Amino acid sequence: MRTFNWLRSSTATTVLGAALLGIFDGGEAAAQSKQLTLCWAAWDPANALVELGKDFTKQSGIEMKYEFVPWTSYADRFLNELNSHGKLCDLIIGDSQWIGGAAENKWYVKLNDFFDKEKISMNDFVPATVVGYSQWPKNSPNYWALPAMADAVGWTYRKDWFSRPEIQSAFKAKYGRDLAPPKTYDELKQIAEFFQGREIDGKKVYGAYIFTERGSEGITMGVTNVLYNYGFSYDNPKKPYQMQGIVNSPEAAKGLEFYKELYKCCTAPGMTNAYMQEGLDAFKSGQVALQMNWFAFFPGLYKDPNVGGDKIGFFVNPAGPNGHFTQLGGQGISVVATSDRKDDALAYIKWFAQPAVQQKWWQLGGYSALKAVVDAPDFPKSAAFAPQFLESMGIVKDFWAEPSYAQLLLDMQKRVHDYVVADKGTAQQALDLLVKDWTKVFKEQGKQVASQ
Amino acid sequence: MTTILQPDDAMIPGVSEPAKSRATRRVRGLSDRTIAWLFVAPTIALLLAINIFPLVWMIRLSFTSLNLSMSYLPLRFVGLDNFTDILTDEDVWIRLQTTAEFVIWSVALQVVIGFGLALLINRQFRGHSFWTTIILLPMMLSPAVVGNFWTLLLQPQIGPFNYLISLLTGVPPSSFSMTGQVSLAPWTIVLVDTWMWAPYVMLICLAGLRSIPDYIYEAAEVDRASPWRQFWSITLPMTVPFLMLAVLFRAIENFKMFDMVNLLTSGGPGSTTELVSITLKRAAFEKWRTGYSSALAIILFVTVFGAANIYVKALNKVKQR
Repeated sequence: MRTFNWLRSSTATTVLGAALLGIFDGGEAAAQSKQLTLCWAAWDPANALVELGKDFTKQSGIEMKYEFVPWTSYADRFLNELNSHGKLCDLIIGDSQWIGGAAENKWYVKLNDFFDKEKISMNDFVPATVVGYSQWPKNSPNYWALPAMADAVGWTYRKDWFSRPEIQSAFKAKYGRDLAPPKTYDELKQIAEFFQGREIDGKKVYGAYIFTERGSEGITMGVTNVLYNYGFSYDNPKKPYQMQGIVNSPEAAKGLEFYKELYKCCTAPGMTNAYMQEGLDAFKSGQVALQMNWFAFFPGLYKDPNVGGDKIGFFVNPAGPNGHFTQLGGQGISVVATSDRKDDALAYIKWFAQPAVQQKWWQLGGYSALKAVVDAPDFPKSAAFAPQFLESMGIVKDFWAEPSYAQLLLDMQKRVHDYVVADKGTAQQALDLLVKDWTKVFKEQGKQVASQ
Repeated sequence: MTTILQPDDAMIPGVSEPAKSRATRRVRGLSDRTIAWLFVAPTIALLLAINIFPLVWMIRLSFTSLNLSMSYLPLRFVGLDNFTDILTDEDVWIRLQTTAEFVIWSVALQVVIGFGLALLINRQFRGHSFWTTIILLPMMLSPAVVGNFWTLLLQPQIGPFNYLISLLTGVPPSSFSMTGQVSLAPWTIVLVDTWMWAPYVMLICLAGLRSIPDYIYEAAEVDRASPWRQFWSITLPMTVPFLMLAVLFRAIENFKMFDMVNLLTSGGPGSTTELVSITLKRAAFEKWRTGYSSALAIILFVTVFGAANIYVKALNKVKQR
């Protein structure tokens, strides 16, 4: 009986406590009104952004809070947040492929009026980044983001190994040419084959590191660098969404075969599910001669005490028989439509777009897309990889940025990994199946897909 | 109505009857029944909110075209289209086959090894408790931890597993990749799952073995039954219900296995180890095909539920024998 009495009074106390907690919680939220949360991936440039953001806090009095998620769960985490209309992020640096979905679903605030009001012109930014990160529909004057982090796939190589006389002479004896950073994929494969299994400083090394990751976007972001240069396109430029004979053209199939050959001949054992971090580990541990990776990591690699400085060199994604392109990476910064602090978030973007801030962003290790920074005469000399970065940004191509990009991406991940890593079927069959998958996705999206 | 305070009140000297009645009413503000409901209500509300409502909602969504990455498109009722799509999709059947093979092989190995370990542990020997603890350690770890450290153990260049195999067979350690080769990856997930969960089967079997009364063995000794005969005629039949229970638990668990396999292989190489749970996760939370994935989840639920029911009936028959 006494227990029941006690329970009655406890129930009342609990209800009262909960009510008070609610009041205090509300009070705390009110006190935090001058705070912005910025969401991005957890990687080197994010640290640079934290450093840069301190200036914004000094100027505006707005505290910056960051939500950085590892790349492997970055898309899952933030697309889930955006899909569920969450309020975690006020600002988001979202991947380039999200732009279509974010615009159509109204996850991002449209920035046209804001840009007009603040005299921010998209003509001041590198064109590829404007199309890639800001516009939806593509090539239309509808802006949903400010280009924030320009990026593309590039390559690093062991400059110190390349410069050793005994290695140079062995290479020349075998291939009849000087050992130098490759200009074409055939040259790259020769170099990779040359280094594969070679003993350098008493250690067995391997030819090349390339992306093979299955779960998120890895192998697609790797293979497209070869496919583009062999003649692959996403659709017929004259007939949007017509993919038959374009995606699965014989040239594209040859490109896919080449990627598999490169994977089979010249990568380290066990690289069956490897992406950015595995590449960095392989290069930093002195395991590979050539590494495919995003430019975003190059400042960190250049500073590495073991393989950086004079020991590292950089080159642009090599050309193929039918073109010279590279995969676009990078992101734009957007204001989340569900944010309660849109004005403060826009103030951040206004601040971030200033040339002086963009200059500092580049100096700290971020990649500015502002022409005033990258077109400055001293830019190519400002970093060892700056000339290659500039050249790459002029030849970038990006994956689909449709609202259904995730389905399109996962379909490609599956088909390419099945062929390249799991030895399933032929390259032509893999691309034929990919066309079938993509056609189904676009039809579900309500698009007209021409078969020829 | 049940009175609560009367015995105590009656013992309070100097308290008048009307005052007592007022006090009782005040405390009685909430009846026993109301109090009981108040305490059960949060559980019921929680159950409704996180189990029943989502289930009903999911059934509703399975008949729609909802894709959360394209939520601006009008929601269409598509009838049984999602179910038809799934059941006529060759890839889904391949994933189900992969899952079935994983479940059959891993559960079979766990039962054999778990039962063997239980027979060993059931005997009294020196260090018995120590070895029992050591054997039970894997099942106490989180599947995410297991997935991560086996990834390191199986790494072809630095992983001790490959070096051990190399030591035993002479094959160069980096010449094979347990998680990266089509021929080895399915066995790798079976191996790691067996390593983790055979001790669990052992525990269940041990309970079965300890429940066999000694006098049965004593009677068999008197009848001069050989140890082999005792095993076949006493030990095995009397532990079969426990073994079947272990098979049921492990089969259900492995049918929905996700975390460990996702960390070890991500379903690769290609789609070699893509279990149906990984397919479901990709459809629901990466491709955002909510309608389709709801239908797939229902199909899987019905499959497991149906199979488990048939199995439980069989288990009951065995128990009744």
